[in-house]
Amino acid sequence: MISNIIFLLVALAGIGLFVWQLRKIRHNIKLGRDKNIAGDTSERLNKLLLVAFGQQKMFKRPWPAVLHGVVYIGFLVINIEVLEILIDGIFGTHRALSFMGPVYSALMAVNEILAFLVIIACVIFLARRNITKVPRLTRGPEMRAWSRLDANIILVVEIVLMLALFAFNIADLKIFAQRGEELAGSFPISGLFVNIFGSEVATLETIRTTGWWIHILGILAFLNYLPSSKHFHIIMAFPNVYYSRLEPKGQFTTNESITHEIKAMLDPSYQVPALPEGTEPQKFGTKDVEDLSWKQLMDAYTCTECGRCTDVCPANITGKLLSPRKIIMDTRDRMEEKGEHPAIFQPNHYQEMGEERVKTTEGKTLLRGYVTPEELWACTTCNACVEACPVNIDQLSSIMDMRRYLVLEESAAPNALNIMFTNIENNGAPWAFSPSDRLNWADNLFLADKAVS
Amino acid sequence: MADFVARGEMPEILFWVGCAGAFDDRYKNVTRAFVQILEHVGTKYAVLGLEESCTGDPAKRAGNEFLFQMQALTNIQVLDGYGIKKIVTACPHCFNTIKNEYPALGGNYEVIHHSTFLQQLINDGKVRIAGGGAFKGKRITFHDSCYLGRANGIYEAPRDVLAALDADLVEMKRSRANGLCCGAGGAQMWKEPEPGRKDINIERTEEALALEPAIIASACPFCMTMLSDGVKNKDREQDVKVFDIAELIASAEGLNA
Repeated sequence: MISNIIFLLVALAGIGLFVWQLRKIRHNIKLGRDKNIAGDTSERLNKLLLVAFGQQKMFKRPWPAVLHGVVYIGFLVINIEVLEILIDGIFGTHRALSFMGPVYSALMAVNEILAFLVIIACVIFLARRNITKVPRLTRGPEMRAWSRLDANIILVVEIVLMLALFAFNIADLKIFAQRGEELAGSFPISGLFVNIFGSEVATLETIRTTGWWIHILGILAFLNYLPSSKHFHIIMAFPNVYYSRLEPKGQFTTNESITHEIKAMLDPSYQVPALPEGTEPQKFGTKDVEDLSWKQLMDAYTCTECGRCTDVCPANITGKLLSPRKIIMDTRDRMEEKGEHPAIFQPNHYQEMGEERVKTTEGKTLLRGYVTPEELWACTTCNACVEACPVNIDQLSSIMDMRRYLVLEESAAPNALNIMFTNIENNGAPWAFSPSDRLNWADNLFLADKAVS
Repeated sequence: MADFVARGEMPEILFWVGCAGAFDDRYKNVTRAFVQILEHVGTKYAVLGLEESCTGDPAKRAGNEFLFQMQALTNIQVLDGYGIKKIVTACPHCFNTIKNEYPALGGNYEVIHHSTFLQQLINDGKVRIAGGGAFKGKRITFHDSCYLGRANGIYEAPRDVLAALDADLVEMKRSRANGLCCGAGGAQMWKEPEPGRKDINIERTEEALALEPAIIASACPFCMTMLSDGVKNKDREQDVKVFDIAELIASAEGLNA
């Protein structure tokens, strides 16, 4: 009985702590500007099914997609067993779901096979990070010690959780076998290892209890680790994909206050609509996290630092400083520095880390304090990062918003671009050609007769 | 366009030439090729001529939203003044801007990129290249423009156009949605690249040249400049040519100016 009460308290504390952390993150996301998410709900649900649940975009790289798929399906299915653990823990039952009979057997069998595959996948993932050192997972100033440690912690914890589950099943199986009883369920993997813990009943019972507790305590601890980790994507991927943009990728946002200003310039009788009571005019572009929209801040919490965006970025491929992943990770770091931060907080200050190439300033703002103009100006707006992201993060919109701040609020565009602006203003073309030459291409063309008409 | 109005007529399409099409010496040739195709098939078209002005795309991508909107609102006044409904352009940047970003500012038109327009001409049988013309069997690779491809999901139209040439079409590894940018987008066309190991157009040109094509086909003025520079940089101008899809069609139809 006492153990049931302890379990209930621990479970409640674990879940309560998690909810408390979620509220902090919600608060942070709400630092962002309002943004109306327009568009068809059914189209959004469709995306949610394909991209989030179906992991459609992962399959651009088949091998990681298969391995990740194993861990993902394992996560979904093994959660059913967690439900059983919760019921057993609270009510002191043993394998409460076993009343389902053959369904239970099938479930346990699938669980075991998945758990085994999860271990294999995690081992391969560890090797990719630490032995073969896949470039996109290891390189770049943003892949600081914490990011690498975080990834390794996640993988090791997942392996430990699976091993604990196996320890519980194996000991349970052996105990029942020794009593000459049949354990409900089917355990194809544990069955192979049924004798590894010997046949001492006391030892077996200790292992069974320990395995059970490690599995459930591990899950509760892991749950509370999530908000501080890139692994938070297992939750955020779903809302983030649901709220992903549905417009063509080439359509950039339009700043309405500028439209009103220009209309008033072109037509003096134009009435600029008054701002709603209590709202301030929007800044032009983004200097700090609160100038980004809540969706752009949600992007930052969804990023799992896989580096697919950076890996396909033409600027990054050719050795420029720009890394779309860094922009998103910087946004998160700055948001947690400025707003609330979850239990384990690791901000990333390039200066303090002795990262010389990222020439940030002391100023504690997203722009310049984390993201440098050099990065922003290297972007070709090609949308390869947006296309590559498996969880529909829009890296480009954040880059563009910071560019806008540089140009509209600081007039800090590279000189060559200022010349281009002047050309457009004076000649209606980005090059210094006379507007009167605009039809010269038609000279010497058969169009002579047309020109006369 | 003013001439049409003077005659009290409306053209079927407005051909938006774009700044590169009007001023860039290389791309003027694409403009001429496209116009020759329009003449050849008898489409009633007009151009704005001196009344055309930059769509504002480079300003917008560079972050100068103010200048962009100035250009856009002025252009919309001109277009609406003539009651324009349908616009065709050979520039993916003009295409994307007018199609996707003018509506929020009150400019609503049917906008078609010339790759889609040419595809329709071929599908309708208005352009039939007998036996593929001069390009039959030649090795051609197509470079996707970001603002046509990823930005607007147009991957097949230019390939369908090239297929009409009965050429040996080969794909780069990074193509369609995974295509690599030429390096000119986002106003990079007008500035020096940031410090790095390599220029993006060289990276892309190397990828194209590895296929040993006779022709690198593009459908964007900036891509054309970047790839032509890349081919020059690699000293391959003699055996590898960069052409726009409209030039290839015009040439295959024997419409050379």
